[in-house]
Amino acid sequence: MSTIGYDSWAVDLAEVGAVYPFQGSEGLMVVLGVAFWIGWHRIQFVREGAHLDKAKEMGDKEKISALLEKY
Amino acid sequence: MDGNLNALTTVFTEFYYWVTVVFMFLIHVGFCMYEVGASRHRNHMHTLMKNIMIIPLVTVTFFFFGWWIYWSFPNFPFFGGLNHDAGAANLPWSENMGTNLSDRITGVFWAAFLLFSWTAASIVSGAVIERIRSSALWVHAVMIGSVFWIIDAAWGWHAEGWMVKYLGYHDAYASGVIHAIAGGYALGVIMVLGPRLGKFAADGTPRDIPPHNPWMLTIGIFLIYSGFWGFYAACNIPAISPEGIGGLLTGETWTATNIYLAPTSLSAITFNFLMSLSGGLMAAYVVSKGDAFWTFSGGLAGIITASAGNDLYHPIQAMLVGAVGVVIVYKLHYWVERTFKIDDAVGAVAVHGYSGIVGLIIAGFLLWGAPSSPYEGYATVNPVGQTIGAVIMFFVLGFLPAFVISKMQAAAGVLRIPVEVELQGLDYAEHHAYEDAKAEIIAADKAALNGGGVPAE
Repeated sequence: MSTIGYDSWAVDLAEVGAVYPFQGSEGLMVVLGVAFWIGWHRIQFVREGAHLDKAKEMGDKEKISALLEKY
Repeated sequence: MDGNLNALTTVFTEFYYWVTVVFMFLIHVGFCMYEVGASRHRNHMHTLMKNIMIIPLVTVTFFFFGWWIYWSFPNFPFFGGLNHDAGAANLPWSENMGTNLSDRITGVFWAAFLLFSWTAASIVSGAVIERIRSSALWVHAVMIGSVFWIIDAAWGWHAEGWMVKYLGYHDAYASGVIHAIAGGYALGVIMVLGPRLGKFAADGTPRDIPPHNPWMLTIGIFLIYSGFWGFYAACNIPAISPEGIGGLLTGETWTATNIYLAPTSLSAITFNFLMSLSGGLMAAYVVSKGDAFWTFSGGLAGIITASAGNDLYHPIQAMLVGAVGVVIVYKLHYWVERTFKIDDAVGAVAVHGYSGIVGLIIAGFLLWGAPSSPYEGYATVNPVGQTIGAVIMFFVLGFLPAFVISKMQAAAGVLRIPVEVELQGLDYAEHHAYEDAKAEIIAADKAALNGGGVPAE
């Protein structure tokens, strides 16, 4: 048994199509991939929000002024 | 070159490998920029020169004996003797190793492998910056670039290699044969070499030594990405007939193949290269909380983790493998740093070594039962074979020789630079003439300025 559907290359390539593992599970793979993508955005929004909330409290007028001068 | 089709295929193949070599040159440019960006000002020239001289040293030794090893060692020494017939055509005095109108492929194929050799040596070079003697590193460069990696290539990256035959070892784009071995080798060297001054606090807490130029680092890693395209293409045979392969394949359909002459396509590896790069970047950004150094390196680690099976994976599998690999590698890097006080200056052991190991093992599961070769009687891909392969690459051919050679160098007092030199910087120590000349001309210009703008005679 082979995950790619072939356990030998004794084949005529004219008759071979997809050779990736777990053919037939494309729908599940897309679900997992999309979950990874959406999850990434979710984590990013949450983290950036928390970071900005923290950062806005850290302002020191002198330091900010120096940064403005630095451009 | 009898017949038009044969001529066209030969010239196409020759040009194909030539282009991959040009692309792969960018990997070395990228490594140089990355190392210089990561080093501090006082070590720039030394860091650059250390990596640049890898090019000639590995090139000449790969011509003299590295290429012969690849053709002679596929079954040596455990499963047969040296393959003298194949080796003879690749000795430096063979007619094939020169201008020869009946062999238009050996030169470009040799060069493609040579650029892999530079990469292996350059990976080690990054881990040891700012405290190794160049003379010591250049011996390591020859050993990894023209001896140990090419032995592993003969065993696990040759159509007749014993690891492929008996273990079902599958490593299409070199997770193990380049990256795991180079990472293991780098670990062996830095364990003996020790950390840079100031890397660890008195209580053992690791300190970050920030790169002096993050932009140079960024451009460096993007050049490595660009060169990696050439690396991938160079791991393929671009077009070959079933008759040319001479294995179990039937029919008359030509195909691209991986290094084992098993079918794949350039389209497949393009899908998977980009998706594993993306999975690595996304996971690294999250796990490192947006750290630029780790995010960029994570893209590379994503590709490396998926590389063992990127000839066959589905693109989504490649993306997820890259992402999972990066999380493991990141955690492992800091655990090793804290536990063993290891100073891996550019994360080379993690990005290349750990990614390579993880990628090989994952491929053993995802490609379980897939044919490792188009020839009869070979083991199929399996997790045990891949795991043994990972141990051979990282520890047996990478870590062990590096550790032993480094111990010998340390015993002879030729491994590490003196503390005084490390503090004042290698550039001043080795390039004092430049520093003196610079100081003199600055002083002369200042004197002229103070004297009313008239240049001193």
